[in-house]
Formats: sequence, C-alpha cells, structure tokens
Amino acid sequence: MKDGKHLTLGIETSCDETAVSVVADGREILSNIISTQIDIHTQFGGVVPEIASRRHLENINGCIDRALSEAGVSIDEIDLVGVTYGPGLVGALLIGVAAAKSIAFACDIPLVGVNHMHGHIAANYLEHHDLEPPFMSLVVSGGHTNIVNVPDYNRCEKIGGTRDDAAGEAFDKVARVIGLGYPGGPKVDKAAREGDRDAIAFKRVWLEPGSYDFSFSGLKTQALNYLNTERQAGREINVNDVAASFQEAVVEVIAEKAVCAAEEFGQKRIVMAGGVASNTRLRELISQKAAARGIDVLRPSPILCTDNGAMIASAAYYAYRAGERSGYDLDAVPALEF
Amino acid sequence: MKEITKGTFITDTEADTRAIGLSIADAAEPGDIVALIGDLGTGKTALTKYIAEGLGITEEVISPTFTIVREYRSGRLPLYHFDVYRLSGPDEFFYAGAHDYLEDSGLSVIEWADIVADALPEDALLIYIEYAEEGRRRITLI
Repeated sequence: MKDGKHLTLGIETSCDETAVSVVADGREILSNIISTQIDIHTQFGGVVPEIASRRHLENINGCIDRALSEAGVSIDEIDLVGVTYGPGLVGALLIGVAAAKSIAFACDIPLVGVNHMHGHIAANYLEHHDLEPPFMSLVVSGGHTNIVNVPDYNRCEKIGGTRDDAAGEAFDKVARVIGLGYPGGPKVDKAAREGDRDAIAFKRVWLEPGSYDFSFSGLKTQALNYLNTERQAGREINVNDVAASFQEAVVEVIAEKAVCAAEEFGQKRIVMAGGVASNTRLRELISQKAAARGIDVLRPSPILCTDNGAMIASAAYYAYRAGERSGYDLDAVPALEF
Repeated sequence: MKEITKGTFITDTEADTRAIGLSIADAAEPGDIVALIGDLGTGKTALTKYIAEGLGITEEVISPTFTIVREYRSGRLPLYHFDVYRLSGPDEFFYAGAHDYLEDSGLSVIEWADIVADALPEDALLIYIEYAEEGRRRITLI
C-alpha cells in the first residue's frame, strides 16, 4: 500500500518481451517497463538471441528494479504479484512465474497467475478508467484472433477464434512476400493508405453461417497465387494495391463478425485489444459498422496493445478481488485456453 | 519411424495431401521428427493438420508461428508442432527450448525446418513441399 492505494506488480514474459509494471488499484499505471526499451547489447555486451528464455532471465531482475524505482515504490509496498502463466513459450513463461513466486514468497504477499489473453482485454481498464464489463471483446494480434464475450471482470468466454493463422501473422507473411518487411502489420497499414482496396478481388472467408471463427491461411495463399500469376505474366505489381486489397479482405471479416457477435449477445460495447487493434482500416470499418447498430467501440493506446506488465497487473487485481489466489505450485501452461 | 513410402508425389486435391498426412501419422513412433520445408502457402500447416488427425488429435491445430511451438496431447502420441519461421537459426531454436521437445517421446513436426537444419538429427523425415502446375503441390519425402 502507498497513499492508501493497492499496488500490484505485474510480470509478463510469455513471448518476446520481458515486461514489468506497477499498477495502483488495478487502473492507474505507475510504471510500465518493456525490455525492448532497454539497450540489451550495451547492458550485456553481446548479441542476445531475440527469442530466448535466457534473455528473459537476464532481463527480469533489471526490469523489476526499474518498474519499482520508476513507480517510486519499494518492494515492501507491493500488495500483490500478478504473472502471466500461459499461453506462450514454456521456457519464457517459466522465468516470469519463478520470479513472481520468489517475490510473493519473500515478501509474503498473495500471488495470482493470469491468462495472457485476459490481460490483453484488461489493458482497456487502464486506458478507460470508467469501463466496466459487460462487453464484447475483439483480441487481434500476431498470435491471436479471438472474439470474446466478457460478462464480468473474471469471465472471458471465447465465442470465436482463428482456425489457422492469426490476423497479424497473415499481415506479416504477406508483407514479406510483397517486400514491405517486418513488422508487417504497420507496414501494410501504411502502404494500404496509398492503394486501392478494390483493385484485387480477394475472397472473403466467412466460414459457415453463424460462425465467429476465422481462417486467413487461404487468403494468404490467394495473395501468393495472385503475385505469382502477375510476375509470370510479366505485369508490374502495385504493392500499395495488394496491401490495400489484402487488408480489406482481412479486416472486413473481422469487423463484421465482431459487430454481429456484439449484437447477438446484446452487448452495447466492443472493446478491442492486441496489436492489430491499432490498424487504421480495422478501426475505421468497425467503428462504421458498430455506429450503424448503436454500438460503441473502445481500444487502448498502441503501447497498451503490445505485450506489457500493466495489463497483467490489472487482470490480477480483479481476479484477486474476486478471491482468486495461486499457490507456490503455480506452473507455466504453454497451451492455456481462453 | 516405421516403414513409409518415400519419393515424390504430386497432390491434386486436399484428399491426396490428407492421405500423405495420415500415412506419416501411422508410421510415427515416440521421438520421431518430421522436417517440413516449403515456401509460404504451400500447405505445411495443412499437412500438419492431417498428421494430427491421423494421430487422433481432437483439438484444432492452428498456426504456431507466433508461439514457435504448440503442443497437442489428445492423440496416440503427443504432437509438438513447431514453426521456426521467426527464428534466425539453430542457436535461437536451442534457446527457445526446442531440445526438450525433440528429445521427448512425442512426434515433433517442424515447419521451415531448413532454418534449423543443423540442429536436426540425421534420421529426421525430410518433406519438401513445392508449388506445381495449376495449384497442385509436389511433395517429396526423403
């Protein structure tokens, strides 16, 4: 406790980022450290593999120290530790879980394991201080494409997900073949603004009527076939048109399904989360479709759309308030379901 | 791995690809490694879905590109489905904890295996998937 506020330390190491944050009362970010902001090469004197549990191990203590010092609190003032225990890479998750357990044990404070995906949704509580469930959530990122009904703080009911590639992954792969490079999402977004979204008629993949699932693998193949055909015929490829047409085929399906889901479940709000929530055209299209049906759309700022510790702290805080506690036997669950 | 027909196959339809996936699943033994090598969109994940079906896995097999590996345990053998597309080489494969899986008693299927070729044992089943004419695929088992 500090100044009468409940302090949660949130730890996130499920994939590429080592991230630690201190959040007050589940809503107010006091610090939000993400390891990619730290110059690892100078700190550790050498190239460290991009995706590595070893890198998390090297970063974790430094990130915790920085999160505490930037928040202006000492470890003794922390009331709760929240940590991502899945889904993700097992070696990466274990580092965060072990660190969280050690702190909980040493400081004798409660520990709550958090589902990474619930964390993404909770990022919105940090951005929109008056937001409360119920709402419909759309979680779109490099690794996930899910429509999730959120009836209260501690329930997330997945009603649809991808059957093959995630939306962000489809962006990355197509960006690579049209020579836009990495990260594909922002690059496609930017190129698409200069392109004609009706230039190429990519097929929208709706799946069975009433399904909230997605499939982007076939669309990726369509784009590749288009590029091969054009190249073989010696025609010049307009990268901006390909980006715009491809993006439209992805985001139109996502936007329509999210709005239909909100309507079917009687939700008046759609809360976006994950990196692809920053896509300009998705935001535009979903806002149009939602407004036509009297539904509001909210999303967090880009920094809270990426993996971070603050969202984990917020989710942990609400789980803790509902009575949830994890024991010292908390283990990483790489394939944790929604 | 049990005996399996090697060589080059031209697949006309999904059913042809499925047959290859099912035969790999039938031949799989604990600790086996299948290395898939082929360009974007050639159907590496699709082939893996059929291998999973052949193992009796009931969960939806989705792309592991983002998490590098996904595990499925509802079948005859555990399936460890890797996609090393985002990795730079064998070192990162090692740091991602790959050897814990490869040495385990499941079937490991690795997409973009050419990236980590040096980290794979010699007895891994190599499968090349290439584009052939008119939407067909050329699948070579070595």
